[in-house]
Amino acid sequence: MAKFSEATIPFFRRLVLPARMRDFGQTYGGLLGLVLLILYNMLFTPHFVSWRTLSTNLTQVAPTAIVATGMTLVIATGGIDLSVGSLMAIAGALAPIIFLSSFPPFNNPIIGNALAVLLPVLVAGLFGVFNGFLITRFRIQPIIATLVLFIAGRGIAQVLTNGNLQPFHNPGFQFLGQGYLLGLPFQAILMVAIVIIFALIVRATTFGRYILATGGNEAAARLAGIPVNRVKLAVYMISGLLAGLAGLIVIAIDSASDANVVGLNSELDAIAAVAVGGTALTGGQATVTGTLIGALIIQLIRTTLLANNVPFAVAQMINAAIILLAVYLQRQRKA
Amino acid sequence: MADISTTPSDRSGWLVKGWTRSKIILQRQGALIALVVLVLFGWVRYDGFMSPYNIGTVLAYNTTFGLIALGMTFVIMTGGIDLSVGAVAALTSVVAALVSPFGLWAAIAAAILTGLMIGLFNGWAIAWLRIPPFITTLAMLLASRGLALVLARNATVSVDTSGDFTSISLGNLFGLPFSVYILVIAYILGSLLLNFTRFGRHVLAVGGNEEAARLLGLSVERIKLAVYMMSGALAGLAGVLLAAQTFTGAPNEGLGWELSAIASVVVGGTLLTGGMGSVGATLVGVLLLGLLFNILNFENGHGFISLTPYWQSVIRGAFLLVVVLLQSRLARNKTQ
Repeated sequence: MAKFSEATIPFFRRLVLPARMRDFGQTYGGLLGLVLLILYNMLFTPHFVSWRTLSTNLTQVAPTAIVATGMTLVIATGGIDLSVGSLMAIAGALAPIIFLSSFPPFNNPIIGNALAVLLPVLVAGLFGVFNGFLITRFRIQPIIATLVLFIAGRGIAQVLTNGNLQPFHNPGFQFLGQGYLLGLPFQAILMVAIVIIFALIVRATTFGRYILATGGNEAAARLAGIPVNRVKLAVYMISGLLAGLAGLIVIAIDSASDANVVGLNSELDAIAAVAVGGTALTGGQATVTGTLIGALIIQLIRTTLLANNVPFAVAQMINAAIILLAVYLQRQRKA
Repeated sequence: MADISTTPSDRSGWLVKGWTRSKIILQRQGALIALVVLVLFGWVRYDGFMSPYNIGTVLAYNTTFGLIALGMTFVIMTGGIDLSVGAVAALTSVVAALVSPFGLWAAIAAAILTGLMIGLFNGWAIAWLRIPPFITTLAMLLASRGLALVLARNATVSVDTSGDFTSISLGNLFGLPFSVYILVIAYILGSLLLNFTRFGRHVLAVGGNEEAARLLGLSVERIKLAVYMMSGALAGLAGVLLAAQTFTGAPNEGLGWELSAIASVVVGGTLLTGGMGSVGATLVGVLLLGLLFNILNFENGHGFISLTPYWQSVIRGAFLLVVVLLQSRLARNKTQ
């Protein structure tokens, strides 16, 4: 919707790129950025073109990308989910409790592992439903509703484990984070599968259309007969489920669960990935593949800076600048 | 956007107007009532709760949060958000610590200047580049942390205690630390700014309906720039107090402060959508959250119920939840 205000600002005061650059930047900008980054690294970073580097990068980006997929859906409905990091911590705290337990049926290795994957994800999904409930039934703003779990959720995880580190050795469970399938880390394959599934959902199902309609104009969607509340509830549940899964992957990678640290800052990483990927924070449109590209870009920038011995502090600032630049370029489409 | 249906039309009787306005005040005063209840609860239950030492300590501890929440109130009233304030406070505490050998006023000036510059960048990016406030201030959060680490050379900076820098935290007037007076003066000024100046009206207008404000001829960009600069400056002042209270400039301090500030603003009753708000309400919110923390400490210390620090997060989250649910209930009754 063109805003009256944008037309009244004199051209020379608007910092808007010319139309052709804008469209190109919008559709291919993310991909182009990613390709440039890869090329740069191939040329200037030693050992970049190796299976090991690819593996490490994919391993590190997978949890963020999975959480960011759920975040994309939430943001597309015009909301936000700050609780994902804490939900990751809760899932990460629950899983060892389950498979280390000596109560039947948990002590059976196969059933125990299966339940240790299933139950934490479901619990995280339930917390997601809780978020959705606050937002739809009580009309609480998403940022505040999810702030509640952001504060309390990590506390819950810490209470469950009493703040202790829980190291474990459980090859069956650890396959989630350390296993390889077809030469690639298992969680990377999971990540790609999840991205493909949700990209299809958004693009090709009615539910996907409902999500976009809800974010685009909620009142109009409601009048059109779309079950807006159910859509929102579902979206926050999905975000919770995916956050739970990501939490399990993180502890599987580390072979240890530390409730103080699992998922810390994940919500901000996820939101950054979504924004860099091109999904508008106001909702109404979503690009799940864009989110994956955004997550990959942020990850690659981090590794590029690390590989070139840029100190962490400076890397943070460059990270910030890149996020701003990426979002600015994406925003051009609206102008 | 402000819901115009909540403002009674001129044709409704003044009884209706009075009732509607009292509902609005009740929503705000709900926090005040909770504050009074908590104070009474603490007074009855714990010895030393009402001692000048405890009151002074609680107030002094919450000064930094209070200043940040004040800036956040103005930002939220324009419909925006400022996630960078915690990081800016850490950055400016490092700056203040570095400048402390040159005296108190030099340190204050340097810190506030730093905060102003970050606020300037935030406001510029949000108002002119139209980057969403969430992303802009998130990016500045990262950048500020990075800058703080660079300035502190990945360590912490000790404050120069030989000069007069620490007088701001060590000195007191009539038994209350200086920082308390700073907090009170800031809030009085903030309240005057909001309620008695044109700028205050403009801030509410921009938050209420940005397009309408622009059509009215208000320079929306400049107003937004101003509130983010204010937020940055107040975070800068908070950084000075942080450095003075802890005697160090630590780049990793201030984690999560922005979210506590948002919680204080919301608990106080200001709407996140903008267009309506009260500085006094935020102060009540800050005191409420600070008091809750204090009571939890007392509870722990006296061993009645032994709560690990982890339970405190759960309780604070639950408290926020209860307050927000109550507010949503009251808001719904208001529009019915």
